[in-house]
Amino acid sequence: MLTLTHYLTLGAILMCLSVAGIFLNRKNIIILLMSIELMLLAANMNLVAFSRFIGNPDGQIFVFFILTVAAAEAAIGLAILVALYRNRQSINVADLDDLKG
Amino acid sequence: MNWQDLQVAAPEIIVLLMACGLLILDLFVSEQRRGLIHLVSLLILALAAIITLRGIPAIDAVTPVMAFGDTYVRDSMGDLLKVFAYLLMAMMLIYSRHYLRQFDMYRSEYYALALFALLGAMVLISAASMITIYLGLELMSLSLYAMVALKRDDKVATEAAMKYFILGSMASGMLLYGMSMIYGATGSLQIHEISQAIANQGSDNMILLLGLVFTVVALAFKFGLVPFHMWVPDVYQGAPAPVTLFISSVPKLAAFAMTIRLLQDSLGGLHGDWQGMLLMVGVLSIALGNLAALAQSNIKRMLAYSTIAHMGFVMLGLLSGTPEGYGASMFYVITYALMSAGAFGVVIFMSSKGIEADNLDDYKGLNQRNPWFAAMFALLLLSLAGVPVLVGFFAKWLVLQAVVNVGMTWLALVAVIFSVIGAFYYLRVIKLMYFDKADIETPISAPSDFRAVLTGNALLVLVLGIFSGPLIAACMAAF
Repeated sequence: MLTLTHYLTLGAILMCLSVAGIFLNRKNIIILLMSIELMLLAANMNLVAFSRFIGNPDGQIFVFFILTVAAAEAAIGLAILVALYRNRQSINVADLDDLKG
Repeated sequence: MNWQDLQVAAPEIIVLLMACGLLILDLFVSEQRRGLIHLVSLLILALAAIITLRGIPAIDAVTPVMAFGDTYVRDSMGDLLKVFAYLLMAMMLIYSRHYLRQFDMYRSEYYALALFALLGAMVLISAASMITIYLGLELMSLSLYAMVALKRDDKVATEAAMKYFILGSMASGMLLYGMSMIYGATGSLQIHEISQAIANQGSDNMILLLGLVFTVVALAFKFGLVPFHMWVPDVYQGAPAPVTLFISSVPKLAAFAMTIRLLQDSLGGLHGDWQGMLLMVGVLSIALGNLAALAQSNIKRMLAYSTIAHMGFVMLGLLSGTPEGYGASMFYVITYALMSAGAFGVVIFMSSKGIEADNLDDYKGLNQRNPWFAAMFALLLLSLAGVPVLVGFFAKWLVLQAVVNVGMTWLALVAVIFSVIGAFYYLRVIKLMYFDKADIETPISAPSDFRAVLTGNALLVLVLGIFSGPLIAACMAAF
């Protein structure tokens, strides 16, 4: 029998994976974008699980909004990535070092 | 949904419809008549300000009005913040026209994106449910990412946009994760129901505390507080100067409202827990912001670190947890936004022909090149440093008073010591302007509307300092 704890653990694992993906990754910006999507999915997993176990539909409605916004966010992120690639011919995280002081 | 709901959201509805209309209008306006778009944008702001100030006829301005199934609220705090957001945005548009022309960026996307970012800020200011908070925040942030990247061919601007995007999205993810925990612990997404649930069940709940931690981290990211400040200097430096101006003004007001809605209105019962967290980020921000600003040679970067320090002060007011402290923080954030808008206005003023004047050395001998604006800039910098009579002094004073009143005198002392250290880097710019010789001695000029607004902006800092009473009273009355 799956309980709330199982779902929350899955959510926490997804969250940890995405944070690790953001901080450990030194190569590719696309992986950063994927990690960010994963973070949103971790929150979605939590919301749906809580919503189901509390018996209140608000959380599931919230998830629809998050999914929609995530799509817009990915569009903007990829657009910035394309602009960045045109200017630098590289999407390596380590190359983003022009700004420092 | 009924008529009153629509009245509550009338300013947002007007801004949304007119911003969409602006995009369509752009199709029919030729390149030479782009000024029309500029005027229409200012008109939209004026209209929104009139509607906000007029309020809802049947209801007095003090009572909060809920709408759309308790997901949206209109109260005096929101109205005051919105009016200042319109004002700052109007100033930003007038400053930026001069810049956009010189940098070949004079296109209407800039105006549309700015209006949508403002709309996001307005929704965020009035949000009364986790869903509306998130939607407002994302509308504002996504528009800002695009605005930073508007200089598409610029290596530095696109890098800044990417950094802003990654860290901003991460903060949103953290916020959502925190919200999901709070939802799980209290069973509701509405802020008033959450505070009710916490009052009933007590605050001793692991999931709730975890949610609080994630929420505070996300707020610290959005404000740019130490240790989540890494994006601030890079974005301020890399973004076009008018966009930097925008980022340092309107979103700060919205972030303040978001903090009040999340920490005070919904998680007020956990004040004892979040006080310590705000204390830590606040003190670290004041310390590191002021110290790191000393070492900067780029003025946009220097002002970025100064933002970090100022936002630390805003946290001090918030952590006191008293209405007096919230009012003081609100006054601080409003006046900071005005001062910072003026300071970046001067950076725009100095920039010309595709080159931004962002090195401190560019300000050498400004007094010889344009004495009036050197004086205005000096006024703004002194106010940022917190010199008496100017408004920055009263903002600091109120916050410190609130902190002392809750028995944290040591905290006020630490803040004062670091502010004194911080005064050095503001005074250094004044020294460069007045006592160093200019490398280039050509006088600088700008269009008359630009000069008028910049002068008004700097004098407002002086006038609000001398007659600070009404604005302070309005801020205090909001809580």
